[in-house]
Amino acid sequence: MPETETAAAAWGVVPSALLVMGAALGLGWLVAAVDRVVLTGAGAPAVLEPVRSSVRLLTEQRRTTLAPDPLLWRLGIAAVPVLAVLSLAVVPIGGRTLWSTSVDLVWFNAMEALLWAAVWLVGWGPNAVHALTGGYRFLAQGLAYELPLMFSLIAVGVGAGSLRTADILSAQAGLWFVVSMPVAFVVFLASAAAFAFWGPFGAPTGADIAGGVTSELSGVDRLLVEAGRAIFLGATAAMAVALFLGGGSGPWLPGPVWQLLKTVAVVVALVWAGRRLPVLRPDRVVEVAWTVLVPVTLVQALVVAVLLLSGFYAV
Amino acid sequence: MLTDLSGWTVAAVVVLGVLSVAGGIAVFVVDSMARATFALLASFLAVAGVLLAFDLVYLAVVTALMMTIEMAIMAVFMIMFMMNPAGLMPMTMVHNARGSAVTGAVTFVVLVVGIWTVDWPIGRTERPEDSTRQLGEAIMGSHMLVMLVIGIGLFATILAGTVLATARGRYDRFGADLAAKRPDDPIPGGLPR
Repeated sequence: MPETETAAAAWGVVPSALLVMGAALGLGWLVAAVDRVVLTGAGAPAVLEPVRSSVRLLTEQRRTTLAPDPLLWRLGIAAVPVLAVLSLAVVPIGGRTLWSTSVDLVWFNAMEALLWAAVWLVGWGPNAVHALTGGYRFLAQGLAYELPLMFSLIAVGVGAGSLRTADILSAQAGLWFVVSMPVAFVVFLASAAAFAFWGPFGAPTGADIAGGVTSELSGVDRLLVEAGRAIFLGATAAMAVALFLGGGSGPWLPGPVWQLLKTVAVVVALVWAGRRLPVLRPDRVVEVAWTVLVPVTLVQALVVAVLLLSGFYAV
Repeated sequence: MLTDLSGWTVAAVVVLGVLSVAGGIAVFVVDSMARATFALLASFLAVAGVLLAFDLVYLAVVTALMMTIEMAIMAVFMIMFMMNPAGLMPMTMVHNARGSAVTGAVTFVVLVVGIWTVDWPIGRTERPEDSTRQLGEAIMGSHMLVMLVIGIGLFATILAGTVLATARGRYDRFGADLAAKRPDDPIPGGLPR
């Protein structure tokens, strides 16, 4: 395997950490702006809307509830955006990841697993029934999407013969993984919506429970959680581009431009499709995930393994 | 010098080790089930940090991943089965205080004596290039049988536990003569059955 230098080694730790922070803010803004455009059909004003509402939330006074658990509540709130940015650390930006381990895919998965604890804490903290119901709904949904997500990540790892995102990118030089792993691609994108509890998987913040986990959030707390969700969705779109759509590969244009174009396309597709689907009940999601998606993603991993043994992938 | 690790690594291991012990103690000090659960998670995450400092990235990340999911699910069940499901009322994780203190002290003494008296072998082998690959080869190769037996054992335990815990059996779902076409479930699920 050719060793690709990490961004931290190539450009220094502080500049590349700032780059990842900037990319996170950009992706979060992109998701929020596209969401506004899809929702309202507005053009230019929608681009500024995320900035405007962020400033409004920053200046808004925080309200609290009777007998909350402030420590756990604040921890959960702060963890959502922090985990979103940390998951971006192994997503290649301009062909380099901020830092690289031999297990980038597992790192990405672990950040998303830590989100289970964070979202449940956001629901638990305010000592309010709707928020807690939302937290429990998120865990139920987590049980549904986690295994199919892991199996689709395993399919990618098997195909590339490595868990390192840089190796996965170079393994797709000939053919993008989406061609041989369409099921894993779709499951990965659906899981992205599920762990950002967004779109059809928005039951944890459902209108029937007055906003669920976000119902008692105000001011900067709400900003952090909403930004974390948007960054997670954007980071997963960027990761989907790296894992399935060949990253920066493409004709004529330089790599980073292709990567940006593909990421924008995936974000637009995710947001557009997500806004057009009804919210699914978590109990339904769990049954479909366990009885349909787990076997289907297992078969996908098996197909990839057989293709690998038959020399389909240039590893 | 006891190790060939860098000063930063040793410092990180010491700090994280203290944090993990502090998290473990906090489990028995805090008075809410949610705080106890997440103090335990903090302890596990500190252990994951120690593994990360030793450059065992796969073990570190997998520890964080598994323990977080486990603690999140444990929080649900622990709070569900508590006498006070809201969980914010004072509670304690300490039961049989004297017995557990004696057990803890004896275990501590045995472990410390063992650690300082056993003539531990000194690793002379070269560190592998990729510890993740080495671990994978061990699990899928020489230790495959052990892993399979453990896996099946765990799976059987989970199934048996669920079967013993559930109040509803097949007669509740399919009727006394098991003749019903569709099971009568309290939660319908997502598939047409």
